[in-house]
Amino acid sequence: MTPAAMTGPDPVTATGLLRRAAAWRGGGALVLLAAVALFPLVFTNALVTTIGVDTLIFVAAAAAWNIFSGYSGYISLGHAVFFGSGAYTVGIAARDWQLTGNSVFALLPLAAVVAAVVAVPFGLVALRVRRHTFVVVTIAVFFIFQLMAFNFSFTGGTTGVSSPFLAWNPGTYNDPFYYLALAIGVGTVGLSWLIRGSRFGLQLRAIRDDEDRARGLGVRTMRVKLAAFVISAFVTGLLGGLWFYFISQVLPQSGFDPQFDLSVALIAFFGGLGTVSGPVLGALVLIPAQQYLTEQFTNDYLSQIVLGSLFLGVILLLPRGVIPTSSEKITSWRARRSGRLAAAGAAGGAAAGAAGREDPR
Amino acid sequence: MGRQIYEAVVDGILVGGVYGLMAVGLTLIFGVLDIINIAQGILVILGAYLSYALSVHLHIDLFLGLLLTVPAMFVIGVAIYWAFMRPLRGRERTSMSLLASYAVAIIIEGILYWIFSPNYVQLNAWYVISSVRVFGFYLPYIYLFGFALAVALVVVLYMILYRTRFGRSVRATMQDQTASRLIGIDVNRVAAVTFGIGVAVTAVGGMVYGATSGGFNPNSGYDLISRLLAIIILGGLGSIGGALAAAVFMITLESLVSIWSPNWAIVVFYAALVLVLTVRPSGLFGRQGVRLQ
Repeated sequence: MTPAAMTGPDPVTATGLLRRAAAWRGGGALVLLAAVALFPLVFTNALVTTIGVDTLIFVAAAAAWNIFSGYSGYISLGHAVFFGSGAYTVGIAARDWQLTGNSVFALLPLAAVVAAVVAVPFGLVALRVRRHTFVVVTIAVFFIFQLMAFNFSFTGGTTGVSSPFLAWNPGTYNDPFYYLALAIGVGTVGLSWLIRGSRFGLQLRAIRDDEDRARGLGVRTMRVKLAAFVISAFVTGLLGGLWFYFISQVLPQSGFDPQFDLSVALIAFFGGLGTVSGPVLGALVLIPAQQYLTEQFTNDYLSQIVLGSLFLGVILLLPRGVIPTSSEKITSWRARRSGRLAAAGAAGGAAAGAAGREDPR
Repeated sequence: MGRQIYEAVVDGILVGGVYGLMAVGLTLIFGVLDIINIAQGILVILGAYLSYALSVHLHIDLFLGLLLTVPAMFVIGVAIYWAFMRPLRGRERTSMSLLASYAVAIIIEGILYWIFSPNYVQLNAWYVISSVRVFGFYLPYIYLFGFALAVALVVVLYMILYRTRFGRSVRATMQDQTASRLIGIDVNRVAAVTFGIGVAVTAVGGMVYGATSGGFNPNSGYDLISRLLAIIILGGLGSIGGALAAAVFMITLESLVSIWSPNWAIVVFYAALVLVLTVRPSGLFGRQGVRLQ
C-alpha cells in the first residue's frame, strides 16, 4: 500500500482505488526507467548491450506502431516502409553529402521527416479502405518499397548503403546508441500517453470502436487517422536512421524487413493492443527472449518455429494481451476483497465494480 | 514487338488461370469465414513440396500424385481451422485471423526449411521439359495441362457452390451467418469444410507453380501470398468471379511489363492494385457490404 492511498479519505472508494493505481503505475515506471538507465553501467559486455539497444529500438517502434494501429484499430503490416525509408535517407544523405564522424547524427531528424512525408501519400491511399483491406494494402506498399530499393541505382541495389565509420572506443561503442534509443523510447511512450488521454486519442479510439458512428458524431476520420499514421511514421523513420548507424549498413531486405512488421505487431499484441504500457512490456520480454532463443538454437529454423508458436500461443491464450488481462484479474480480485471489507455497511463493492470497468492502460 | 506482346498475353492468361484457382480458394475462405488466410502462400509451397517428395522418392506422376496431395491438403486445412482459427472470437476476429495465420505460415516455413533446406528445387516430368506449338509459338505442355486443370476445378467449385445443397448452405453462410444458423445450417461444419476446400486447391496450384516457376524454396511463399492478396483485393474480397478476372488481368499485365523490364514488372503489379483502390476502394467487383464489414 502506498502512502498516497493511506492518507486518502477512504481507500475503498473508486477514487481511492484509482489514485492508488496511478501511484503504483508512476512508481513502477520510475523504477523501470532507473533500472534501464543504469543497465549499461552494470552490464558492460558488448553482446549484452547490443541486445539492449535492439530491445530499446523495439520499445520505441512498438509504441509508435501502437499510437496508430493500437488506438485506431487499423493493423499496419507496412511500418517497415518507414523504418527502411529512415535508414536509407540517412545512408544516402551521408554518402552523397560526404558527411563523416559524429556530424552524421545531425541527419536523424531528416530520416524522421522523410518517413513522415512518405506516410502522407501512403496513408491517403491506404486509409480509404477499411480494416482488413488496409492490412493487405500496407503489405502491398511494403513490397513496392522493398522492390524499389532493389531496383533503383541510388539505393545501391542489392549491395545497399554503408554508413560512415565512427571512430569510437570499441568498449563503449554501444552506449551512445543505447541512450539515444532510450531517449526516443521514453519520448514515444510519453507521447503515446499524452495522445491516449487527449481529445485526439479519444477520436482515434472512437474510430476503432465504430468508425461510421464516429463520423456521424463529427469526427473528421480521415484527418485523424492520417495524423496518427504520420506521427507513427515519424518516430519509426527516426528509429530507422538510428538503427542504420548502429548496424552500419542497410540492405533492401534488412531495411524493408517483413520480420520487422510482424515483430512490432507481435510485441503490441503480446503486451496489450491500445495500451500505453503494453508495447513496452512486450518489447522488454519478447526481444531478449527472441535473441536468447536464436543463440540457444544454432538451428535457425528451429528458432523460427519457436517464434511462430510463441506468437500463436499469445493470440490464442491471451488474445487481448498481458496488460489488459492481468489488470482485469487484479481489479476483480480487489473488488472481491473490498466487497468483503465493506460487506458490513458501506456500499464499496459497487464503487469498486465501477473502477473495475476502467480501461486498462 | 507485336509478337512479344501476343506471347506475353497468352502466357499471362495460362499462368493467370492457375493463380485464379489459388485466389478463389483464398477469397472463398474470406467470404464464408471473414478470415484472411496469410498461410495460403506457404501452403501452396507445401503442396509443391508434397508433389516433389512423391515424384522424387516414390516416382509418382505429378498429376496422379494430386489424388494424394489434394486430400492431404484438405485435411491440413481442416486441422488448421479447428486448432487455430475456430477459437478466435470477437470484434477483432479478422485482424486476429490475419496474425494467427501469419504465425502458422512462419511455423510451416520453418519446418519446410528444416526438412528441404533453402536450396531451390523444381518439379520435373516429360510435360515440363517438352514443348508444344500453340498459337504460333512453343510452350511446355505443363502450361496447357495446368490451365486446363485449373479451369476444370474452378468449374467444379462453381458446380458445388451453385448446384448442391452444401453449396447453398455455403452461400447462405456468406450472406448472413446468424440467419443461416437459425434455419438449421451447421455453420461450424460449413466453415471447416470451406477452409479445407480453400486449402485443398493449393495442392493443385502448388504442383503447377512448382513446375512452371523455374524453381522454388520455402521463401517463395511470401511472393505468392502478396500476389494472391493483391489479386483478391483487386477482385473484391469474397467475389469468386472477381478473383478469377483479377488474376488473369494482373498476371497478364505483369508479363506484358516484363517485356520491357522484368525487374519493374512486379512493382507495376502492386502499383496497379494501389491505383485501382484509390478509384474504387471496394475493388473491381467488390460488394459494398464487404467494404462496410
